[in-house]
Amino acid sequence: MRFTRHRRLVVPVVAAAALGLALTACTGDIANEDAADVDCAPYEQYGTFEGKKVSISGTILDLEADRLVESWKDFQTCTGIEITYQGSSEFEAQIAVLAEGGNAPDIGIVPQPGLLGRLADGGWLVPASQEVEANVDEFWSEDWKQYGTYDDTFYAAPLMASIKGYIWYSPSEFEEKGYEIPKTLDELNALSEKIAAEGDHKPWCVGFESGDATGWPGTDWIEDYMLRLHGADVYDQWVTHGIPFNDPKVAEAFDAAGEILKSDAMVNGGIGDVSTIVTEAFQTAGLPILDGQCSLHHQASFYETFWNPDGGDANTVASDGSVFAFLMPPANADDPLSVTGGGEFPVAFRDAEEVEAVRAYLSSDTWANNRVKLGGVISANKGLDPKNASSELLEQSIEILQDPETTFRFDGSDLMPGAVGADSFWKGMVAWTTGQSTADTLNTIESSWPAS
Amino acid sequence: MSIAPADLPTGKDRGSIEGAAETTALTEVVGTKSARVKKRLTSRTATVAALIIAVLWTIPTFGLLISSFRPAELVRTTGWWTIFENWGFTLDNYKDVLLSTSQSSPQLGAYIVNSIAISLVGTLIPLVLATMAAYAFAWIKFKGAGVLFILVFALQIVPLQMALVPLLQIFSTWLRPMQAWLHDVVPIIPEQNYAPVWLAHAMFALPLAIFLLHNFIAEIPSEVIEAARVDGATHGQIFFRIVLPLATPAIASFAIFQFIWVWNDLLVALIFSGGTQDVAPLTQRLAEMVGSRGQEWERLTAGAFISIIIPLAVFFGLQRYFVRGLLAGSTKG
Amino acid sequence: MTTADLLGKLLQVVMGLAVLAAVVGLLIFFIDKAPKKGRDYWQLVGFLAPALIFLAIGLVYPAIRTSLLAFQTSGGEWTLDNFVWTFTQPTAIRTLINTVIWVLLVPTVSTAIGLAYAVFIDRSRGEKYYKVILFMPIAISFVGAGIIWRFVYEYRSGDREQIGLLNAIVTAFGGEPVQFMQTDPLNTFLLIIVMIWIQTGFAMVLLSAAIKGVPTEQIEAAQLDGTNGWQRFVNVTVPGIRGALVVVLTTISIATLKVFDIVRTMTAGNFNTSVIANEMYTQAFRASEVGRGSALALILFLLVLPIVVYNINVLRKQREIR
Repeated sequence: MRFTRHRRLVVPVVAAAALGLALTACTGDIANEDAADVDCAPYEQYGTFEGKKVSISGTILDLEADRLVESWKDFQTCTGIEITYQGSSEFEAQIAVLAEGGNAPDIGIVPQPGLLGRLADGGWLVPASQEVEANVDEFWSEDWKQYGTYDDTFYAAPLMASIKGYIWYSPSEFEEKGYEIPKTLDELNALSEKIAAEGDHKPWCVGFESGDATGWPGTDWIEDYMLRLHGADVYDQWVTHGIPFNDPKVAEAFDAAGEILKSDAMVNGGIGDVSTIVTEAFQTAGLPILDGQCSLHHQASFYETFWNPDGGDANTVASDGSVFAFLMPPANADDPLSVTGGGEFPVAFRDAEEVEAVRAYLSSDTWANNRVKLGGVISANKGLDPKNASSELLEQSIEILQDPETTFRFDGSDLMPGAVGADSFWKGMVAWTTGQSTADTLNTIESSWPAS
Repeated sequence: MSIAPADLPTGKDRGSIEGAAETTALTEVVGTKSARVKKRLTSRTATVAALIIAVLWTIPTFGLLISSFRPAELVRTTGWWTIFENWGFTLDNYKDVLLSTSQSSPQLGAYIVNSIAISLVGTLIPLVLATMAAYAFAWIKFKGAGVLFILVFALQIVPLQMALVPLLQIFSTWLRPMQAWLHDVVPIIPEQNYAPVWLAHAMFALPLAIFLLHNFIAEIPSEVIEAARVDGATHGQIFFRIVLPLATPAIASFAIFQFIWVWNDLLVALIFSGGTQDVAPLTQRLAEMVGSRGQEWERLTAGAFISIIIPLAVFFGLQRYFVRGLLAGSTKG
Repeated sequence: MTTADLLGKLLQVVMGLAVLAAVVGLLIFFIDKAPKKGRDYWQLVGFLAPALIFLAIGLVYPAIRTSLLAFQTSGGEWTLDNFVWTFTQPTAIRTLINTVIWVLLVPTVSTAIGLAYAVFIDRSRGEKYYKVILFMPIAISFVGAGIIWRFVYEYRSGDREQIGLLNAIVTAFGGEPVQFMQTDPLNTFLLIIVMIWIQTGFAMVLLSAAIKGVPTEQIEAAQLDGTNGWQRFVNVTVPGIRGALVVVLTTISIATLKVFDIVRTMTAGNFNTSVIANEMYTQAFRASEVGRGSALALILFLLVLPIVVYNINVLRKQREIR
């Protein structure tokens, strides 16, 4: 009796273990790069740390994560630091828990200055070393340094960047139908109406769906309008709650965006009516442009990689390719060039020389060039050669970021407190596009702004 | 162990007129005892109803299974039920999920081993502790037993998310140094090991485990226990010789559920594992693969089927304990 | 992963199990060797202490901490603001109502279907396979289930081919496709179906085991009395499994109150579908408003109290009978 019972328990367990082992057998060890094959000259300044390990976590996943790991391969080989990277889509929600519980990785790649501030506020971050700060002073603008600073302490250098507010279009369609790239917001509206009037398809395709972050692409629209209609100063007041969220100026930005987003004549090309905005995934929302079902799509520079959903390079991103993008125009043609954008900040949770060596490398022009060469991303690092960018659009984006005349503002929702920027603003965009009035939406968001 | 009833003739063979079940039931009384007992309580309508429920419950999963073998493009544009009109069959999705070598997390095999290791011990610890506690609550009389049991029961509602930070703090003060020491003594064991994940799962599982097991253990006829006590058996002996064998079906069924819950867990693993491939389970890798592009149905479908295999194997392996009557034997013997 | 890694992992599992076995073995060994005087006390401690220590560290201490946090601002001052906010935000009432709908429907419907199914398939040919079918959804994670069902409810506008099964059925009967996830209040019920789909298997497995525990003599006796199937079910089977029914209902109710993954993956709480558990997760983790999250957790705790009280009564009665 006894024995049989044990045997019955053991069988499934052994079977499960055997299956695991069988699957393990399919995998092998990945050989390490031989140090002799690598030119270590650029890495000598960081020193050598035999047997030291640095763990990094972030939101970067999949192909982008592979490229990130690739970008520090030589650095690892030459300095002897072993870097492990772990990507997770839940990173933003969990990093504070991990930090508070004392189980944070050595470096966290934080995509929002707001989150950086919160982590710094909790006293969990290690201020940046002098090498990192020197790199930032040399390679980044004062604005960017500010985003990595909290309470006058400088915590982290920026890593990569993206420019929001691009409007994607099909160059061949524009040429064929004689459409001009708009120079002002009025011209943009005029163009939209013209396309709508010509009748075979709606001008815009929009998608806000992004799992539990549904609505964030909508916040980008509002931010672009805020910056262009009211200028950088009002924008700054808005994100710091200097003006309330239900200020008439914000309502103006919403209504301007609403002329497109809430009009069945304008959206949703190739997808449906206005109500489909909130159910269409942001990843696929622009694709109707390729089928001629839609002409304009508003999304950040990173959307470049989404044009070929199945991989490959059938759809080219170039001024003479399948798709290209122009920046959302200013309110008046002679306004200074203003763009919104995003970026990441590698913050340190452990005070150690090897951690700072990694951070110093990540803030250097060497890293920026190495990473950008691998394709798909840009950085605001001034030591970066735009020629290294993987496409015409990214090259142009790097030039915009490096241009001292550009007014750059960080994505507003990333700067706001989490209760707004990662919750009520997103939800507000969803409710607003599905019919809620501007006033109600703004009041709801304003009421969620934390008191302190 | 017998599942013999399945092989006996059922109502289908006995009467073709619907509703005849009752009459058959009466006539059966004269039949042999075993046939009578094992005869089905219900009629053909019941079979049909069961079939309908079964089909309804399978459709979503079935759609998932078919989708997992269809090319990405077809999954995105046509319904899975049109598989014959839009024929396309591929193993690429499974290949992607199983063999994709990403540099950031290269091998799926490591994650499967982790999942098995976490689920196995993460099931056994709470099971053992809960069975002991449930026995104490049911059969050791002490002051305040009721209140204490209710407290334990009420703990079920403490949201996991709220318990993460304090627990993590305790772990990093007490458990981390032990892990480091273990790593120094036995270098083959990585510094980030399974211990925190096991303990966290055990702690979170205990209230439900104690509650469920108590309900079964408390139903053991008191004559059985009293008889043993009179014979001078200690609690330890009663626990091992009487309670454990009798409660095996209940323990096994809880084991299955706990195994599956741990297997499917993502939150506890993410927080307590530190996320490296030394420790992180399969769910984490799958979430990562799917999370980056959101709409990649085809990968998710394949991933879901890979992760479902082992829980189903465990269910098949242990399900005989469900079939066996809960207290069969004890009441009669 | 190298062979060394694998060995390390195996070693960990073996060591973990060895430690567990050693602790429990020693504990029970010493309990039985405890001095006569106060042996009962030591036996009690031996059986209960391990579980209680785990509970104290893992749940009691965190629960107390959460309760305190609910009454604090992020700066640590005492306040009721978190509760004021909870009940004054525009969607608060709706979230509460939704939570109540969930906790009323999920346990009852899934237990009813699970019980019916368990009875229907009892002693039937291929009972094992019938069981596996209903059990399968449990083996799929909540997030996976959410995504499977989003696939079922998927909407494509009029002229495009539907890839969601439900809308394909609607259009096959000549209807207009529906934006299921946006149609309030239908969407909440559609989300509830997902939870029922998962939990029915749980109910079925436990109840099926309980049904087999009903003494066959009683059923035979009822048969001899000339009762029909339904009467036997109501008068013999149901009373025989009452304990199991209470357990199943309770467990599912509590699981339902805590579930947030389904809402999060399918609607993210938009379109008036949010429930308290989802709001709690969002506030505490996404919005980093720990105070608000804790306040919601406390409210959730209060909602469970009736269930706890009911179980206390059942428990008392059981003890009295004994």
